[in-house]
Amino acid sequence: MSTAAAKKPRPKYLSLSALLFEIRMPVTAWVSGMHRISGALLVFPLAAWLLYLLDMSLASEQGYNHVRDVYFKHPVVKLGLLVFVWSYAHHFCAGIRFLLLDLNKGIDKQPARVSSYVVFVASVLITVYFGWRLW
Amino acid sequence: MDRVVVGAHYGLGNFIAQRVTAVIMAVYSVIMLVVVMGGRPLSYAVWKDLFTQGWMRVATLLFAISLAWHAWIGVKEILIDYARPDSLRFTLHVIFALIIAAYLGWTIQILWR
Repeated sequence: MSTAAAKKPRPKYLSLSALLFEIRMPVTAWVSGMHRISGALLVFPLAAWLLYLLDMSLASEQGYNHVRDVYFKHPVVKLGLLVFVWSYAHHFCAGIRFLLLDLNKGIDKQPARVSSYVVFVASVLITVYFGWRLW
Repeated sequence: MDRVVVGAHYGLGNFIAQRVTAVIMAVYSVIMLVVVMGGRPLSYAVWKDLFTQGWMRVATLLFAISLAWHAWIGVKEILIDYARPDSLRFTLHVIFALIIAAYLGWTIQILWR
């Protein structure tokens, strides 16, 4: 048995700080983790918020105008919309990547890493574009 | 007792449902994006008219059902991984089932008002 391995305390429990600062996760793992986080955010609370907005905007013309001219002008609301757009864009792009992986497209190490970076960059670009349109 | 409790097929239904619902939602998202960004400039009349059309109501309902199904599988996976002890997980399962059911009901109410 190798002595270096024997000295390490085992089992190693993965805390959040270990994930963030001790262990360098590959970019593919980050895509997977962010897919979970964005999915969780979308189901709660973002879906409820979007339904609330859809409800208000369709209920009456005053409601529609209120959403467009008052509600969407609020900085906190804009920030919330950016969180929504990033979550949706990331979940969408990462989801497409997973579907392609299921079809055995790009499953080698290098293409898988490249597509992970593409997912991150694309979702950030979509968010930035939306933010630019919003402000 | 002919229930097989071992083997690789357990979860295959969820696996397929997760992907089929994902594709439905992706297609709807792209259509929605094209309609909103590429069409007439949005106003209340345009917006209201869009959601009054039969195909849009059905497509949106299909999206909502896909979302509910997709989210339920996703939430279940996440809770199984992180929510301990089992009593907490069970409680959260029930809460999320209610939330997702409420979303569906709310969507139908908005679409057929």
